[in-house]
Amino acid sequence: MDVEEKTGKAFYMAAFATTWVFAFAVYLLLTAGSGAVLGLWAGGELKLGILIAFVVAAASSSIFGKEVSGRMLNPLRWLRMLGYVCGGFFMEMAKANWDVAQRVLTGRIRPGIVRVETGMRTDTGLVMLANSITLTPGTLTVEVDPVARELFVHMLQVPEGMEARTSIEARELFVGYDCPAAIRRMAE
Amino acid sequence: MGVLLNILMVPAILVGLFFNTMGVLGILRFPDFYTRLHADTKATTFGSVFTSLAVILWAFKAWLASGHDGQFVNLAVHAGFAVVVLAVTNATGAHALARSAYRSGLKPKQAVVDRMDGVGASAVAVPESPEALPAAAIREEAS
Repeated sequence: MDVEEKTGKAFYMAAFATTWVFAFAVYLLLTAGSGAVLGLWAGGELKLGILIAFVVAAASSSIFGKEVSGRMLNPLRWLRMLGYVCGGFFMEMAKANWDVAQRVLTGRIRPGIVRVETGMRTDTGLVMLANSITLTPGTLTVEVDPVARELFVHMLQVPEGMEARTSIEARELFVGYDCPAAIRRMAE
Repeated sequence: MGVLLNILMVPAILVGLFFNTMGVLGILRFPDFYTRLHADTKATTFGSVFTSLAVILWAFKAWLASGHDGQFVNLAVHAGFAVVVLAVTNATGAHALARSAYRSGLKPKQAVVDRMDGVGASAVAVPESPEALPAAAIREEAS
């Protein structure tokens, strides 16, 4: 966790501006196609969106701004994240879904909870890894240990021999693509 | 173009339906809470990605046919947004359900290994109720 000074006027302004931009972007996304400004938006929607973004920023910048670290505001990281979600992670999800669909039909399962060493240094990385694990069928994050940076993962199919080991590497939860390494490149 | 989009739409709907059906069957067939969570949260997310993809393709087709009517852009963007929100909330929701179930004392059935047995309370130190913590510690945990 970043131990920065997260008080004072400058931080408040930065948090407010970040929240405002996010709120306005989401509003723009949801009202796309409403009119002719830039081919997509109605003028009234834009004005209302600017106002609503101020209300949202005033109400939630103290919560939202605190969670946003400067590192994740870099648009390049967002592009990489999009590439990760649509590329390697999607293939991983497809393979795992097919596997789980077969297990639903055959009923051959070998469930269990294993301890996973993540090696993630930041909270963002840990959250992304935990979510990736949960979204991949067959693995489900049950508990997070934020101090030891470990996850407890429920697996639908524990491979032979894994149940004897005290802890495993995060990479072993994925079949082909090395998701933890990709997350480390993106978030850390 | 419209024909091509129609051809792409049908497999998207079929794949989506297949995985959603597997999710429903999984709820009925799997033995305990945790294994059922696997079926109903993950298979349905993946299935809904494909049904939403079909919606986006349909919106694109209607957008072309209607002479670039903005309401179909709106429909496509909303469908895409729904997928993102569904993916994020399904992952966090599944985790929250599993975590609360384990803390309530529900043990996984047929498990070959349970590394959380006994560790849950001590290593991941969280008290039974929020009242047991001073206010400052609760804020710390929430942040």
